[in-house]
Amino acid sequence: MANDHIDITVEPGEVHALLGENGAGKSTLMNQLYGLLQPDEGEILVDGEPKVFRSPRDAIAAGIGMVHQHFMLVPVFTVAENIALGAEEVRGGPLGWLDRRRSRRDVLETSKRYGLPVDPDALVENLPVGSQQRVEIVKALTRDVDLLILDEPTAVLTPQETDELLAVMRSLAETGKSIVFITHKLREVKAIADRITVIRRGRTVATASPDTSTDELAALMVGRDVSLEVTKTPSDPGREVLKVSGLIVDDDRGTRAVDRVDLVVRSGEVLGIAGVQGNGQTELVEAIMGLRESRAGLIELEDKNLAGRTTKQVLRAGVGYVPEDRSLDGVVKDFTVAENLVLDIYDQAPFGNGFKLNPGPIADSARERVSQFDIRTSSPQSTVGTLSGGNQQKVVVAREMSRPLKLLIAAQPTRGVDVGSIEFIHNQIIHERDVGTAVLVVSSELDEVLGLADRIAVMYRGRILAIVSPDTPREEIGLLMAGVVTREAEDTE
Amino acid sequence: MSGVSTATVEDLTEATAPKRFWNRQRRLGAGLVVIGLIAAVIFGSVADSATARFTLSEDAEGAALSINGQFGAILFGIVTIAAGAALLAGVAKRWQTTLLTLGIVTFVFSFLCWQVAGKFLPLVDTASGSLELALPLILGALAGVLCERSGVVNVAIEGQFLMGAFGAALVGTLATSVWAGLISAVVGGVIIASLLAVLAIRFLVDQVVVGIVLNLLALGVTGFLYERLMQPDAMKYNSPPRLPEWRIPGLADIPVVGPVLFETNLLVWLALALVVVIHLALTRTRWGLRTRAVGEHPTAADTVGIRVRGLRYMNVLLGGVVAGAGGAYFTLVSTGAFNKNMTAGAGFIALAALIFGRWTPFGALGAALFFGFAQKLANYLSAVGSPVPNQFLNMLPYLATIIAVAGLVGRVRAPAADGVPYVKS
Repeated sequence: MANDHIDITVEPGEVHALLGENGAGKSTLMNQLYGLLQPDEGEILVDGEPKVFRSPRDAIAAGIGMVHQHFMLVPVFTVAENIALGAEEVRGGPLGWLDRRRSRRDVLETSKRYGLPVDPDALVENLPVGSQQRVEIVKALTRDVDLLILDEPTAVLTPQETDELLAVMRSLAETGKSIVFITHKLREVKAIADRITVIRRGRTVATASPDTSTDELAALMVGRDVSLEVTKTPSDPGREVLKVSGLIVDDDRGTRAVDRVDLVVRSGEVLGIAGVQGNGQTELVEAIMGLRESRAGLIELEDKNLAGRTTKQVLRAGVGYVPEDRSLDGVVKDFTVAENLVLDIYDQAPFGNGFKLNPGPIADSARERVSQFDIRTSSPQSTVGTLSGGNQQKVVVAREMSRPLKLLIAAQPTRGVDVGSIEFIHNQIIHERDVGTAVLVVSSELDEVLGLADRIAVMYRGRILAIVSPDTPREEIGLLMAGVVTREAEDTE
Repeated sequence: MSGVSTATVEDLTEATAPKRFWNRQRRLGAGLVVIGLIAAVIFGSVADSATARFTLSEDAEGAALSINGQFGAILFGIVTIAAGAALLAGVAKRWQTTLLTLGIVTFVFSFLCWQVAGKFLPLVDTASGSLELALPLILGALAGVLCERSGVVNVAIEGQFLMGAFGAALVGTLATSVWAGLISAVVGGVIIASLLAVLAIRFLVDQVVVGIVLNLLALGVTGFLYERLMQPDAMKYNSPPRLPEWRIPGLADIPVVGPVLFETNLLVWLALALVVVIHLALTRTRWGLRTRAVGEHPTAADTVGIRVRGLRYMNVLLGGVVAGAGGAYFTLVSTGAFNKNMTAGAGFIALAALIFGRWTPFGALGAALFFGFAQKLANYLSAVGSPVPNQFLNMLPYLATIIAVAGLVGRVRAPAADGVPYVKS
């Protein structure tokens, strides 16, 4: 059950934050409100009248709009076409002859009225995510919504873009529209919300006011006291383990994703890469791991060149890899926990010899890892798909940290992971650092990078703009993430 | 792996240069130069130095364009090389299509000069024959456009053709009406289409597998009924009337174009009109916008209140109408009787035309005409006893499709959600 007897009331003109961990049931709740899912029980009242939403069509008619976490825009359509879709201006005819001029004018009008600049003729696939989000908001506003739901809207934004979005939300609320803001980021909730509903495991646990302290909100969200700070001792960097120089990598479409990147990771330190998603971090990591061809440059692991090696060779050279997309690259969901734990060394003694597997040692080692890494599973023989996101990630972490490592690469190590597991995984990463491994952490969550890293490299459009210390003010790193280089930041290294 | 292990400053500046030398235009240009050389050198050397006549009338007499075969083969080959060289030299992008077309057409002419030297090729007959052979391909590919632009892969065009052809022959004979036959062809196509729609959209079966199964089903059913019903009593069940040829006075008197376009049957006009209508509908109407949205990003369409499955059902059934009409060609236009497996893979060539034409109506038309011409040429070559095996030309549609899909001729991009069933999360 994703939602269990939830009550929520949203007043006109208020920004109502819906706070909860990943998997708490926030999106499920809002998808029912938007007609994408049907509730088994309970009712929805709009202006005091009970309504039944069988599809988004009904919700739109009742004045509800939603900006989804994964944008609902057709990439090959123009902005105007995307906004018109579903509510097209037509000049009649059996198939509905489109009135493009009017659609275009409507877009410009809404865009101007709310101060959300969009180019109606641009193709959506060519727009940066920030603009795509504006298009989504304009799309909802052209439909005369009274209630606008924003599902994790800040996940893809820089801190500055986030501030802009919060300002837009505030001004929309002032025109009398109600806003439901779904998020798990406490800072944003405190900055904008008029009221906060906290959801945990499908239930409403509290309705709080924005002056509630961060620690208190976190405790409500998780159900127990948590420490949001990563506790660690100062780092003791040693020799250079990973050295990347002049690396150039293209993305799938053949455009340059990583542009002349130089970086060094030393043993016993965590180098964090901060940046908005899609600025080349994925391609950089894939190139190091041998999953993607590099066009030029050197990747050296303790003076051994890794460029041109296969992924297996890279792993065997002592590199641990926590991929950013767990379900795609991290685990095989239909395999058992035990099998997933030996995916990297199934062909080596004692687990097998490349021809046959030895179930005994595999099961023994799995039992050990399950208890050591606190993997909550009914049995090591359960399939990984039955585990929660956090526990799946622990399987990945356990597997990668069970080999002797020189370098650990962790990409988005806690994406879609509950707070309890985040704490555990962070501690494991710091532990790996303390035993002398070089660690490279890539995360689009700035707080995560700030908490883990000993040095922070900010990546923007494929380049490392600066390497700064984690004491650098958030605002400055935020500007770097948006491509603005201030003089101080340049000097830091 | 590029295997770049050492990088100096010069390497870097070169690697960061935004454009590669061997871009698409240069690759195409190089290809044209190569086939131009083949034309000028090989065709030119083996061609007889006799007159090649391209006649406007049916026989060797009358007005004709004449050229010395050997001279023509070399001349056209050189033009192909020139077109390729222009592309290689890096002319402006807007000339790309024109030069590419020029290069391919002149290559074909070089080939023809070699083959026709000492003989004659009736131009009008070749053109109208190509159009007629292209007719089912146009309709089949349009059916594919309707289905696939809304996100349902249609491999069952072949089966829809067969059912259409069979229905047209049977009902056309029984009712002794060509129009009843045409309507039954449409019904036959819709039967297969509705099975495809229900299995693919409602039951989420893999669409390629469903398509193949439906082709086999159509083959089995029509084959069985043919052997048990039509073959024993062909007069009663398998002698449908033919679709009449109509002549539009005035327009039909235009030389070459007139007899090809304005002295023909209804189905040809229908197909050509449909190309225009579907093109406009897809790009300019609400239905088209929604169809394309459903084919590209069905979840986005759903969240703005579009009924994704309903629209897909409608488009697959419309596709069945069009493909069924295409099936009528085989019995009501081409042969005048049904025969077991008489479509012989035409549905797959239509599918190739759809892909080669990049899922657009006009692209499909162009591809279908090209394939129709190749087939007509194959027939001509075997009739005049050419040394080139006509099987080579029959391979052309498949070869062209492989080249297209391999991305050598422009970017081929299917609708993003093509073949992906829509399931609400």
